Amino acid sequence: MATGKDDTAGGEIAFTGPARVLGNNINTDDIVPGRYLNTTDPAELSSHLFADFRPELGRTLQSGEVIVAGGNFGCGSSREHAPIALKARGVTCVVADSFARIFFRNALNIGLPILECPGAAAACADGDVVTVDVSAGKVTIGADGPTLDATPFPQFMRDLIVAGGLINYVAARLAPGLAGQAGQAGQDGRSA
Amino acid sequence: MATLAEKILAAHAGLDAVRPGQLIEADLDLALANEITAPLAAQEFARTGAKQVWDRGRVVLLPDHFTPCSNIKAADECRKMREFAAEQQIELYYEVGRCGIEHAFLPEQGIVRPGDLVIGADSHTVTYGGIGAFSTGVGSTDLAAGWATGRSWFRVPETLRFNFHGRLPRWVGGKDLILYCIGQIGVDGARYAAMEFGGEAIAALSVEGRLTMCNMAVEAGGKAGLVAPDALTWAYVDSRPQRRFGQRGRLLGRDDLRPDPGAEYAQVCDWNVGDLRPQVACPHLPSNVRSVDELGGVRLDQVFIGSCTNGRFEDLAVAAGVLAGHKVAPHTRLIIIPATPEIWRRAMREGLFEIFLDAGAAIGPPSCGPCFGGSLGVLGPGERGLATTNRNFVGRMGHATSELYLAGPAVAAASAVAGEITAPESVAGVRGA
Repeated sequence: MATGKDDTAGGEIAFTGPARVLGNNINTDDIVPGRYLNTTDPAELSSHLFADFRPELGRTLQSGEVIVAGGNFGCGSSREHAPIALKARGVTCVVADSFARIFFRNALNIGLPILECPGAAAACADGDVVTVDVSAGKVTIGADGPTLDATPFPQFMRDLIVAGGLINYVAARLAPGLAGQAGQAGQDGRSA
Repeated sequence: MATLAEKILAAHAGLDAVRPGQLIEADLDLALANEITAPLAAQEFARTGAKQVWDRGRVVLLPDHFTPCSNIKAADECRKMREFAAEQQIELYYEVGRCGIEHAFLPEQGIVRPGDLVIGADSHTVTYGGIGAFSTGVGSTDLAAGWATGRSWFRVPETLRFNFHGRLPRWVGGKDLILYCIGQIGVDGARYAAMEFGGEAIAALSVEGRLTMCNMAVEAGGKAGLVAPDALTWAYVDSRPQRRFGQRGRLLGRDDLRPDPGAEYAQVCDWNVGDLRPQVACPHLPSNVRSVDELGGVRLDQVFIGSCTNGRFEDLAVAAGVLAGHKVAPHTRLIIIPATPEIWRRAMREGLFEIFLDAGAAIGPPSCGPCFGGSLGVLGPGERGLATTNRNFVGRMGHATSELYLAGPAVAAASAVAGEITAPESVAGVRGA
């Protein structure tokens, strides 16, 4: 990671990195256009990031950066290729005012950390160093900038992020001695 | 006092009742994927350590997005899905030529039933709500977990109720109603929610029109779209092939598949559509909706009639009714893709192809075609298209500088003849029912 800091030790999840600020309703065709869905290779998918929507963003988005977007991020198709491409590029976290539901689930399932934090995009400019504390549900903008409250995840989803996604989480619980625990969701989870 | 969505979810979770916000695990009736999402799901399925899908009679796999393939990479994705289907002995695998667009094909072939709980690795899986199934789009990883266990976890959504009052005007169909709805509430107006459609206008709407409406629930952010089954629904379902497997979970009778009178809704919208004009979504959002009458002089390079939204027989019949005796404008291309082989055959037999060919249209094989920019009619730089599809995001149908308008088949056919966006009656010459 070039500039980002990733601290997932002991189940605490926090990231620090420069922000890339995006608007409302960024859809999955914006993230990876449909014509590039004839592959599932993460590196190749990431080479098509934002190809139509903002090609210069696609070219310059760096590993370690944090995307900070407006409302309804990831709306549109169910393509898991979109969060996969962002993760393959090294985007450490996506913060948004709100997420479209399929993207929300997909991102957590593949182990791309996300956090819902209304107002972050409006308070943030490109390049501002943001610290995202997923465990506590806090987003801090700049060295001494404002700290905004986000929706913290229930334990089940934090475990899923630390495990690196749903499959690792399920596989670990299907392992001998742990069978029967798979899919036991917490009782206060968000998303759908 | 439950909404239809709550009843179906409760029945599949083995619970008497559920409430919005509750997390449940529920039994799946079907879990489907196409050649874009299945290879990823197969890869993730293998990583779970599971050897066999939970029920090879309830997994649907079919290639529809890039097919018939025009490039080697797409052909390779189809190969991966085909091999997975063979290895897993998937009973509901359908090959090119014997299937169509998944969301037109499944209801048509009786593979999905009212009251089902369905997940599909395609966002337009919401379509089956048109016959009263709770069906929703998921990613490939969620699907893989569903294949392994036959179950999926859900957060019970709030339900929004939309009542469409009045008698549907001539040339106004399901597409116009759902575009109007999305125009009113926005592309996140139903985020995470189930959308329940009802009212006199829906009662009078064909099953095909209801499938069109529920298809675009996801364009408002909805988790599901639903129309409670009525006599029209059952007549449609009973006339289709009858599948050999039943519904999972606590059995719901035909009379149970409707919202309780005292059901609680997060929001209720009542709209009188008796005077509604055909609706058009302008670039680059499905919510950027205007009446067709406000859009004079919008010149079109291409019109596309097809897709899981509006590629069914009724859509083609409406288009043919407008196109009969007319030619497509010289500067405009018209591409028509019937969504399934059965629709293709019927359109051929009933003379629709004569009308389309006489008008100068190109007819394609069942496929998603250009809807998502895949093949069979993508737009070039700076081109402007109008389509009966579901999304008009930047670059959705081709080049990043192309523009796309969305409308129903009547407006599409008329606009192809005029070479610019126009109201159906200006070509068909009939106003009023």
